[in-house]
Formats: sequence, structure tokens, C-alpha cells
Amino acid sequence: MKKKVALVLMVVLAMAMAFATGSSEKSANGSSVSTDGSTSMEKVIGALGESFMQQHSSITFTYNPTGSGSGIKAVLEGRCDIGLSSRALKEEEKAQGLVETVLAYDGIALIVNPNNPIDELDVDTIAKMFKGEITNWKEVGGDDAGIVLIGREAGSGTRDGFESITKTVDACLYRQELTSTGDVITTVSQNPYAIGYASLAAIKDTVKALAVNGVEPSEETVKDGSYAIQRPFVLVTKQGVALSSAAQMFFEYATSSEAAPIIGAAGAVAAN
Amino acid sequence: MHGVFLACGLLTIGFVLLITVYLVVSGIPAIHRIGFFKFMFGTKWASTAAEPSFGILPFILTSIYGTAGAMLLGIPLGFFTAVYISKFAPKAVRNVLMGAVELLAGIPSVVYGLVGMLVIVPGIRTVFGLPDGASLLAAIIVLSIMVLPSIVKVSVNALDAVPREYEDASLALGANEVETAFRVAVPAARSGIAASVVMGVGRAIGEAMAVMMVSGNVANMPLLSKGGLFESVRFLTTAVASEMAYSAGLQRQALFSIALVLYLFILLVNAILNSILKKGGGK
Repeated sequence: MKKKVALVLMVVLAMAMAFATGSSEKSANGSSVSTDGSTSMEKVIGALGESFMQQHSSITFTYNPTGSGSGIKAVLEGRCDIGLSSRALKEEEKAQGLVETVLAYDGIALIVNPNNPIDELDVDTIAKMFKGEITNWKEVGGDDAGIVLIGREAGSGTRDGFESITKTVDACLYRQELTSTGDVITTVSQNPYAIGYASLAAIKDTVKALAVNGVEPSEETVKDGSYAIQRPFVLVTKQGVALSSAAQMFFEYATSSEAAPIIGAAGAVAAN
Repeated sequence: MHGVFLACGLLTIGFVLLITVYLVVSGIPAIHRIGFFKFMFGTKWASTAAEPSFGILPFILTSIYGTAGAMLLGIPLGFFTAVYISKFAPKAVRNVLMGAVELLAGIPSVVYGLVGMLVIVPGIRTVFGLPDGASLLAAIIVLSIMVLPSIVKVSVNALDAVPREYEDASLALGANEVETAFRVAVPAARSGIAASVVMGVGRAIGEAMAVMMVSGNVANMPLLSKGGLFESVRFLTTAVASEMAYSAGLQRQALFSIALVLYLFILLVNAILNSILKKGGGK
């Protein structure tokens, strides 16, 4: 009995080893694409990477979630193929030879209860509300009731996006910090005086998305830049440095119209 | 065959050891870096701020208050339900009630959270005229319902195990049914009932999903004197669960430290449970 078990184990081990060496050879022969940067882009880039690897099984795709700043630096120092940034490149970064290609736009909608008479706010007012400088809806033309701020947990990409666009980083006085877009939408739909934010793609009829600076949030207004609370998801490359053939293939795939539905499903608006 | 059973037993112990060692190893560094007193008694939690601060006193107090509140509501309700089921209910009613309690135990906590979010939170908002109902009170109400099955089931078992002769003797001496139940059966079953309460405490302190959905989840200090019952609060469990997904560096390590603190709380609760059960068994 014992001998049999040992024999089976040995066979399994041998097979596993053969398989392991086989696959490592494959990845040495095949090539890889490494991306590095924005944590907010995790969903989009993860979905793209997955579908890309399904089409090209010999290519290994890696994503290192370090943050936009480190991603840009990694490209500059040649530590990755493609950098990921959830903001446009600064002039001095472009001066260093970096090139930005907008992959998608992340539109963040401000949502209120459908019974709230407010339809529109501007970015300044929104920032003041979330910082606690405006605390009553009547100050912005609504009912005489306290404003209930609904936000996301620390580290969430949507929170990071919203706070950095409205310049309220670490200054928001939330009443609730929820851990998913769905929870935010449910809570806002239950409370007539709540205001929250959520990725544009996730908005449902149970809540009302506010116009910001007079522009209704939609795919078109996010894409043409007229809707204010949005940011680009950027692929960063370096001028004069040719991408490896695998990285080039990924770059073309990600910016093709073929990838648009995948980007859309991940909650962003594809640029192409 | 003996070896198979031994292996299963060792595997179970191995898991416990693995989790303990892992928690201690990954939980200690952050406490060391932040400083024990700053970590345990700091009142401000801002893990992703430019100048982060990691004080978990608000979470510890919230977990203690929340559990105590849930017990305050849950113990009387569960205890009297258990006495009724065990001593007074007709067989048919007993079956229905026990079935309902079993069902209550089987409902996933996310469902409790959802119902709390859709019913209790708006309810608190309208009843107390607040801008928002997500609060310590909402969490206490949800938890008090969630601990009922532990309290009722274990108490019923304890009460059922009281020898019939005790009660017969009491009735023969002229005590009525209510007196017999509360003066004879309950004291005889007290260690079992106490154990049920401690199990309830364990359930309440370890619950994450349901309270995350109703407590508002902001790291406020729960100041009961200043209407803290209606404030948005964060529990130890939810502190770990809500930030883990995107955490990095010291923040992630600090979350492990919170888990370690929670683990110590649970160990304490279990130690109390064991000592109660031992005392009961010794008699």
C-alpha cells in the first residue's frame, strides 16, 4: 500500500517537474509585456491583459500596481515596457522624452437621490460640500436639510480620482465610507439628502447623476472633455525606445476598437 | 486507519498554528514601527493621508460598544425565547420556533447587511429625524438579531438537559410552572446559558460583512455621551475588510496588526467560554 502511494507520488512529481520546466522554457522562448503604474487602472488593465493573453498564449503579461508616479518613473528608467498613469503627463515629464497615449477616460458621476430637486452643481461647490464648508442643501438651492456625504474607502480608485480632480484629497468629511460602487448607489437611493460619487459606467436609474458646470455626464461629454470630473487613463512610453514586438502588439491591441468593449465593461470610457 | 484520523487531527491543529504564526509574524512589524501605545490608544486613523496616522482606539471601542449593545438587546430576547421554547411551548409551536431559529442561523451575513441597509438604516433616519441612519445603533440592532440563534439554540439545549425530576420535585412542592422554570430549571442550566452568551459575544465581535453595510464605516471615535450612538463608526473587523483590497506598505501591515488585535479578543472570548464550560462540567 505504502509503496504504491509513494510510486504514485513520484510519478505525479515527475510530471509536475516536466510540466514546470516545459512552461518556463516556453516563457523564455515566448516574450513578455510588463506594465507598471496607476492602481486606479487595475480593473481596465487587468481585463485587457487577460483577454490579450487569451489571444496570445505564449506572451506573459504582467501588471505592477505601484501608482502613477512610480509607473512614469519606471518607463523613464526602462524598468517596464509600458507605464500606466491616471493623469495626463506634466510638461517636464514630456520634456524628458515621455509620450502619452490616452487609453480611456474615467468619468466620475456625482449622484443624488431622485427626489432631490438639485440637478446641477459646479466643481467648486462640490468641493466645498465635501470639505464640510457647505452643510445644508438650501445653501445650494435645495431643501432645508443636512447634506449627507457618501464616499468610498481609503485606497479606492474612484475616491482617489474624485478627490484629486476636486482637490479635496484627505479633506472630505464623509458620513459613510462604503466599499463598493453598488453600496454607494443603494445608500444614495435610500436617503433623499445623500450625495455620493460612482464610476459613470455603473450609474443606475435609482439615483440621479448631477450635471457638473452645466454639462450632463455621458460617454460623449467625458470623451470630448466637457464634463469636468474625469481623468485620462494614459499609456506612457518613451520616445526613441522601440517597444519589444510583444509590447507593441499589446499597445496596438489596447488602443484598438476591439478593446473598447472590454474597457467599457471595466468601468471606463474607451478613447478609441 | 488510525493514522488517517491522526493526520486529520494534526492538519486541523496545523491550520490553527499556521494562522496564529502568520498573524503574529505579519502583525508585529507595524505595531513595532508605529509604536504600541500610539497604535492601540491613538484616536486618529488616516491610513492613506499624506502624513498617515494609525490609531485603532476608535475601532476597539466601537467593537466593544457594538458587542455590548448587541448583547444588551439580544440576551433578554434570546433568553426568554429559549425558556419559552424549552419549558412552555406546545410541541408544534416549538418545532416552528426552532425551525425559525435554525433558519436565522443559516442566513448569510451579507443578507442581514442588505436588509439592515434597506430597512433599519432608513428606519433610524426617519424615527430619530437624523440626516443619515448608518450608525452604531444600526449595527447594534443588526448584531443583536444575528446573535439570537447562538443564544437560543445553546440555551434551549441546556434547559432541555435539566433532569425532569428537579422540575417534578418543584411542582410537587407547590411551585407553579413559571416559578419552576425560573427558580429551578434556569439555575440548573446556568453554565449552558452563560456559554450561549459568550458564543453570542464571539459571533458579534467577529462579524464583518453585515456591520460594514450599516455602520457607515468612518473612523470616528464612538463618544456615547455626545450622541455617538447615531454616529458613523468603524469596527475592528470592518477596518481590516474595507481597506485590505487596495492597501500597500505600512497600511497593509497595520491592517494585519488590527487582525492580530481582533484575534486576541476572540482568544479571550474563547478562554472565557472554556472556563465556563469546565466549571459547568465539574459540578
